[in-house]
Amino acid sequence: MLKTTPLNQTHRDMNAKMVDFGGWDMPLHYGSQLDEHHKVRSDAGMFDVSHMLAVDIKGETARAFLRQLFANNVDKLTQPGKALYSCMLNPQGGVIDDLIVYFLTESWFRVVVNAGTADKDMAWMQARRDELAPGLEITPRRDLAMIAVQGPNARTKVWQVIAGSQAVTESLKLFHAATFNEYFIARTGYTGEDGFEIILPATGAADFWNALHAAGVAPAGLGARDTLRLEAGMNLYGQDMDETTNPLESGLAWTVDLKSERDFIGKQALLQIPVKQQLIGLLLLDRGVLRSHQKVIARHDDKETAGEITSGGFSPTLNQSIALARLPSQVSAGDEVQVVVRDKMLRAKVVKYPFVRNGKSLI
Amino acid sequence: MDIPTNLKYTKSHEWVRLEDDGTATIGITRHAQELLGDMVFVEIPQVGRKLKQREECAVVESVKAAADVYAPISGEVIAINPELESAPEKVNEDAFSAWLFKLKPTNAADLDGLLDAAGYQKVLESEAH
Repeated sequence: MLKTTPLNQTHRDMNAKMVDFGGWDMPLHYGSQLDEHHKVRSDAGMFDVSHMLAVDIKGETARAFLRQLFANNVDKLTQPGKALYSCMLNPQGGVIDDLIVYFLTESWFRVVVNAGTADKDMAWMQARRDELAPGLEITPRRDLAMIAVQGPNARTKVWQVIAGSQAVTESLKLFHAATFNEYFIARTGYTGEDGFEIILPATGAADFWNALHAAGVAPAGLGARDTLRLEAGMNLYGQDMDETTNPLESGLAWTVDLKSERDFIGKQALLQIPVKQQLIGLLLLDRGVLRSHQKVIARHDDKETAGEITSGGFSPTLNQSIALARLPSQVSAGDEVQVVVRDKMLRAKVVKYPFVRNGKSLI
Repeated sequence: MDIPTNLKYTKSHEWVRLEDDGTATIGITRHAQELLGDMVFVEIPQVGRKLKQREECAVVESVKAAADVYAPISGEVIAINPELESAPEKVNEDAFSAWLFKLKPTNAADLDGLLDAAGYQKVLESEAH
């Protein structure tokens, strides 16, 4: 039996093609994934991300607990509403999940975790809580829905739909959130475009979705969400990193604070493990489509080394195939590598990502 | 779903149109393109290549996945659809007219094993369950 979000019937009413996404019955697209992708880059689209889980962490020891639990440093969160992207690591430095944590008050932080890892994350957080911060409340909020509205016109459309919200959210900087009535509105996203991710009571989700649709926001499925995030160079948990890889070889060193005195789970391992690989971008020069798990062959110093594509696909904005690949550290941007695609060797150029930001190619 | 009755089909969702001059035109069905979603790349066998029935001979790639196309019958490739290199979306727009390649059949008996529209309809119904 697949799990459903509060918008399941709404998706079906809009003729979505539904797929099993890690046990959730979710919309893949509503007709054309490419059209949805372009709509987000040029105007505004919306995604049901209610399969992700908001977890409220309440208690006086919340900050001290999260300081130990997350690889990024929650002490960077000083202003209420500020958000931080972080990995949660196991003692070996492997990535249990990536998440966003919001600072609301000194005794209330909100964490949003991936859908496929939600149960595992809850178990991990509760077990660490029992050791480190007994008494801290950790509450999964399945009573909430989440809708991401993304694109250059996304914020304007949200303001049209939620009367009065503009005054409260217009001045929000990137990675900041504010509460307005029953809406928790964050200027975050997973597309490389401006926009909001909005958390609201599940009971109001369908009406809100339909109002956004009436305001001209296009429904977009998980298919477009994946091509948008790949163009934006954003990691996908389970593909670009997991418990067997660490953030330093996953393009996430910028999210790990190894310099401060602070200790956190996984820190000792990260200080000891030699980093021999990196996550870097590929741009396919020949015709075809790069896909995850394809083998990449690089040459340097007359030696051949191998790596693997972690996320690959067709970039609708660049009209060319792109990928994230885990390659030996010696490979650098500008190098040409070969990718084994079925029975062929295709040429690809190594590039820094993101590939696309705010509707424009960065390649 | 409308399945043209003037075409023959395979269980692997290719269609075959037998032309008056004895050649065969081959594409993928509307159902196949629906499963795959927006097409972004089509790799077609070269003219002159000799194909055996059920041999992997082309690849259609969508935003979602790559899928093999199998030769519905044995034969020599005599033409490929030049439009698809720059416009693979034609397969989404009208799968039954966006042909991939044409074959000169080498074994007339191969044709007998193909499905008619009613037979293909049954394949689709059984897949739906």
